[in-house]
Amino acid sequence: MSIHINQKKCVGCGRCADACPGSLIWLNSSGKAEIRIPEDCWGCTSCMKECPTAAISLFLGADIGGQGSELSIRREGTVSRWIMHRFDGTEKVISVDSRNANSY
Amino acid sequence: MTENGLTIKRLTADVLIIGGGTAGCYAAITIGRRSGRSVLIAEKADIRRSGCLAAGVNALNAYLSDGHTPEDYLEYARKDAESIIRDDLVLSLAERVNTVTEDLERLGLVILKDQEGNYVTRGWRNVKINGENIKPLLAQEVSRQEHVTVLNHINITDLKQSGDGRVCGAYGFSVREKIAYEIRASAVLIASGGASGLYRPNNPGFSRHKMWYPPFNTGGGYAMGIRAGAEMTTLENRFVALRCKDTIAPTGTIAQGVHAPQINASGEVYEKKYGLTTPQRIYGTVEECRKGRGPCYLATAGISRKAEDELFKAYLNMAPMQTLKWLESGKGPSEENVEIDGTEPYVTGGHTASGFWVDTGRRTTLKGLYAAGDAAGGAPQKYVTGALAEGQIAAETILQDLQTEETEGRKDTNSCAKNETSPFRQYREYLDGGSFPVSCTQAEEAMQKIMDEYAGGIRTDYRYHRAGLLLADQRIRSLENLCKRLRASDTFELLHIYELRERLTVCRALIAHLLARRETRWHIFGENTDYANPDSRFDCYVNSVYRNGEFQMLCRPLVHDKGYSHTQEKILQPEVKE
Repeated sequence: MSIHINQKKCVGCGRCADACPGSLIWLNSSGKAEIRIPEDCWGCTSCMKECPTAAISLFLGADIGGQGSELSIRREGTVSRWIMHRFDGTEKVISVDSRNANSY
Repeated sequence: MTENGLTIKRLTADVLIIGGGTAGCYAAITIGRRSGRSVLIAEKADIRRSGCLAAGVNALNAYLSDGHTPEDYLEYARKDAESIIRDDLVLSLAERVNTVTEDLERLGLVILKDQEGNYVTRGWRNVKINGENIKPLLAQEVSRQEHVTVLNHINITDLKQSGDGRVCGAYGFSVREKIAYEIRASAVLIASGGASGLYRPNNPGFSRHKMWYPPFNTGGGYAMGIRAGAEMTTLENRFVALRCKDTIAPTGTIAQGVHAPQINASGEVYEKKYGLTTPQRIYGTVEECRKGRGPCYLATAGISRKAEDELFKAYLNMAPMQTLKWLESGKGPSEENVEIDGTEPYVTGGHTASGFWVDTGRRTTLKGLYAAGDAAGGAPQKYVTGALAEGQIAAETILQDLQTEETEGRKDTNSCAKNETSPFRQYREYLDGGSFPVSCTQAEEAMQKIMDEYAGGIRTDYRYHRAGLLLADQRIRSLENLCKRLRASDTFELLHIYELRERLTVCRALIAHLLARRETRWHIFGENTDYANPDSRFDCYVNSVYRNGEFQMLCRPLVHDKGYSHTQEKILQPEVKE
């Protein structure tokens, strides 16, 4: 898996670059965030949680069954809205409130 | 000071903590709360999202409930490890897992409670939480400590030792700028992660890295300790995890959450045939596949939609790609069983007993050097709370030792200034602008191929034998030489060269340990085909010390006392005919 950074949405704040546990993200010559080695991403989504504009999404590599769907996240207070843009154009949203513990 | 394009910064602190993960952060918090000692945390990423808990965690797997005692935890760990554990270490951390859990709750961690306000448990040693933000919470508490300074994006490569071998600091570099660091400290705590990426991964292509154990945990702490001459223990007790196929997401949440048993392709529940310890669960899966009865699954089909929705959320809090995989395929766990698989082998002291040989206070065999969490050996099944407890224990020992040394009037910093060999020359060589046809990635893939084929990787169903291990050792040595010739254009590339160097050191130590334990004590973790059965002559710890380029192996008798110090020791040499 890896991430996809939408260059139009990126505001170049660099918060994702600070957060990445692999130091994989940097700001390129246009001042936009870029992942240096996409196959070194482990899918932790730390960068997505830092991004103020939801410019970063997670996708599965084709080698593990990925078909081009993308998962992004919007944080609203204690609620994380995980938004999946499915490859067929449909969308599914799952909201997780950090005040609630997992049932499992 | 800038020399040949490399700026040198020199820092001093009472305590240097290498690695700002679970154990490292909690050690810093402990020192910060209890003393005015200055602490530096050197972290190669950012402590808010680094280490094993970067994405979060969905349960605390070591919490004693329903009147259970630390002794109960010890017996559980002993059984899972087939007796190769240290009683003193497991007991001392089990005694603290509940108090550190309560502290986490005070720091803001959400823990599920019943109407009476008691924690809701999963079994007798597990509490349910929302742990997505566990790392930011720990980082926030670190930032509240006045005398703790965090150095993010600094990779430590080598320990600094005085002439008498005492550890008195460390060297490293910024992964973002051409800045090298020399850090002096009266005490150094290694709280870095275990070693992943030694073996060829499950998905060697685009998805080579995956959630669960961090691919950025390279065993750097082990490697710098090994090179400095510290004694290591039980590296041969590798860890292989049972995981969701492809995503390598954890399976415990499904197995325990919705009570899904392990079944083979015919739907037969096989787990009881092989046993229920961690290695037996994987052994069963590997054996069923070997016998043509795979693929194997967790039988989830038929769970309720509500249960499925809860699984979606639980995975978003720790391994989001599993939820993505379910949603993308259009078939969730209520409709389709979840295929399972074993991972490549890891070396990690949080799960098995691999790591530094420490005394009860978590002192290593090198004066001034301490270890906690994944880095410390002898105490498997630490999980999050055990790592916190070890960070706390190590911190208490450090404070006590610093106090004792001051009372006795010893100061070693002067001797530290002399007799040093700085690695800065090596940094400059790697960064000298030259080119080399072999890339670091190529060399890393070569290492993973060697380990996979000759040292018991996925390719051989985790089995290994002496002839293969000797060949692996020879080839890993050759890669160590190749590694010296690699070149980096910036310190990000330099980081990768050093990560490879660390992994190669751990590979060599691991091979030496696999050769030394001439028995099969644990299926999968240590599947030695030359010696296919357990052997009571190896009811001992296999330890090693690296000297002059070779590993000296020794066996130490099992420790059943509540305390162990480095002075009370007897070494056994088991005689095993070849």
